[in-house]
Amino acid sequence: MFGLSTKDTTLLLFVAALTLLAPFLLNPFPENSAMAQFNAGYPDLMQRFVIFGTFAIGFNILFGLTGYLSFGHAAFLGVGSYGAIWMMKLLTLNVIPAIIMGVIFAGLFALLVGYISLRRSGIYFSILTLAFAQMSYALAYSVLTPITGGETGLQLKATDTPLLSNLAPGEIGRANLFGVDMRSSYELVIGDWLFTFNAGYYIAAVCMLIGFYISIRIFRSPFGMMLRAVKSNQQRMNYTGLNSKPYTLAAFVISGMYAGLAGGLMVAMDTQVGPERMFWTASGEVVLMAILGGVGTLIGPVLGAGMIKYMENILSKINDAILHQWFAFMPDGIENLLVAIFHPFIGKGWHLTLGMLFMLIVIFLPGGLVEGGQRIGRIFRRRDRKADSVESDAAKQRKPAE
Amino acid sequence: MGILEIKNVGKRFGGLQALSDVNLSVAENTVHAIIGPNGAGKSTLLNCLVGKLIPDTGSVTFQGQSLLGRKPHEINQLGVSRVFQTPEIFADLTVLENVMIPCFAHRDGAFQMNALRGVRSETDIRQKAEQILEDVSMLEKENMQASSLSRGDKRRLEMAMCLVQDPKLLLLDEPTAGMARADTNNTIDLLKEIKDKRDITMAIIEHDMHVVFSLAERITVLAQGTPLVEETPENIKGHPKVREAYLGEAQV
Ligand SMILES: Nc1ncnc2c1ncn2[C@@H]1O[C@H](COP(=O)(O)OP(=O)(O)O)[C@@H](O)[C@H]1O
Ligand SMILES: [Mg+2]
Repeated sequence: MFGLSTKDTTLLLFVAALTLLAPFLLNPFPENSAMAQFNAGYPDLMQRFVIFGTFAIGFNILFGLTGYLSFGHAAFLGVGSYGAIWMMKLLTLNVIPAIIMGVIFAGLFALLVGYISLRRSGIYFSILTLAFAQMSYALAYSVLTPITGGETGLQLKATDTPLLSNLAPGEIGRANLFGVDMRSSYELVIGDWLFTFNAGYYIAAVCMLIGFYISIRIFRSPFGMMLRAVKSNQQRMNYTGLNSKPYTLAAFVISGMYAGLAGGLMVAMDTQVGPERMFWTASGEVVLMAILGGVGTLIGPVLGAGMIKYMENILSKINDAILHQWFAFMPDGIENLLVAIFHPFIGKGWHLTLGMLFMLIVIFLPGGLVEGGQRIGRIFRRRDRKADSVESDAAKQRKPAE
Repeated sequence: MGILEIKNVGKRFGGLQALSDVNLSVAENTVHAIIGPNGAGKSTLLNCLVGKLIPDTGSVTFQGQSLLGRKPHEINQLGVSRVFQTPEIFADLTVLENVMIPCFAHRDGAFQMNALRGVRSETDIRQKAEQILEDVSMLEKENMQASSLSRGDKRRLEMAMCLVQDPKLLLLDEPTAGMARADTNNTIDLLKEIKDKRDITMAIIEHDMHVVFSLAERITVLAQGTPLVEETPENIKGHPKVREAYLGEAQV
């Protein structure tokens, strides 16, 4: 289906089902139960899952296939966001032109940065991209204030009069898709459970699914094979009559456009941008996502993005009071001891948990969460050796056909 | 005028004159062997042909066009393929993919943005790749990862990758080193067959005299960066200068 092999179609449908049913899947606990704080099915967080999923899918096309590690991808995210918000300020509050503008702006900027940075490889390439991103961040903060809004950034204001949206004087515009407000939600109550279906989330989810589909096509194309050839042996590639430069540049621009898409979506969901979006930690985060999930696999980056965003938003909200509640059934001394042990890992300490998890995965599961999934899968399917799971194929990426 | 003309080529590495005043003409559709002791500069000479090194002096022309100043991929596009002394293959890819890549390069040129076309639908390329794997008797290994092959198999794979591009000039740097006797004989047969079937010129560096005398029509002996003699295989066997070059090495 869709020009994909059966396995890839299964994978695509699986991811589609996960994203479309996310409001149910992420809210497994009743609203007023003690476990409700682990529910991730609220619009804000779900949007972040798919937006960063998109970002990581694109990053993986560059890093996973060609092996070029960019440390500046947040710059493209930021440029995409600025492009999108200007579109909303000037032209229309409809999100589609804004998102498209984000992709185009980021793509053009990636063409420039890629053209220069790809003159070097390895660590020098990484440093060049990092330098570009930090430069963009600093410029957005200072000299470019007229177009970036400097430290405060840009947001939709009462004074904005987009050409095609007739706002009442003094009305602050809201992002919409042909009249459907991005923030509008339908809430479904079943017993003690509350499920929220948010318009913005579904638009972002569809964008991610399209991005995911394109990424599968790229992975399975002759172009994708050439990108893996770049990673494997650039010398042989050259002596085979192939010029690796345009291939790496194309991959760089494509992944920059994914970042721009993510940036545009961010603006569509929440109509504001600040330069901190381009800070180097944001670039580092997407590297972590890809590695955590499984570099060079199809679904890995999405899993990695989900994992990091879940921890950032859920783990960081757990505080000592909640811990005391959990361990209240223990004798007082033990309760306090347990709380003291867990204290560094929760709340602001979620970074520590993430860091340790990251180290464990890199050391024991170099293929990331996908490899973990494969190992578990293998345990369950020992007797049936030939039947590879959908993702093990993606992870190995060795078979060109099928 | 040969298909490949090397004139007065010299190359220096620091204090070492690796090549000096090399003149060599390779006639079209012949197999030309280059032999000589280790460190004679044979690989360096090939490096100067494919754009890996730029010679300090002299000129290199292929079919009347200068190769100097061209990038490796441009030289390959002119019809020059090379098998390296240490196999250069796509180690992370499967054997089949290793051969498909040169097929794509041969058909599509140096760059093609076919990002949405499926490899699966490229049946012609796949057939061509499987045919050459069949020819080098590696078809049953097509789904193996190239890094897991034996050294001899890696060499054969690299040879298949070059042959599938249908090069006009094939440069082979010790193609049978590290191969078992049977594989060496297979390689000789394969190269003979290719030579009979196609319009191809080969320059082959080889230490195994059995291979050299089975294939070569001309032999150049290189010692300390300069050609000593160029002769037919019959005349080279008892040639005093050749003995000198090899015995000289043995005495040191
Ligand atoms: N890139 C290089 N840098 C410095 N010295 C080199 C380089 N390549 C080859 N040499 C030296 O040049 C001489 C010829 O080497 P080579 O052409 O590899 O000999 P062979 O005839 O065995 O293939 C050797 O002494 C080698 O050490
Ligand atoms: Mg050599």
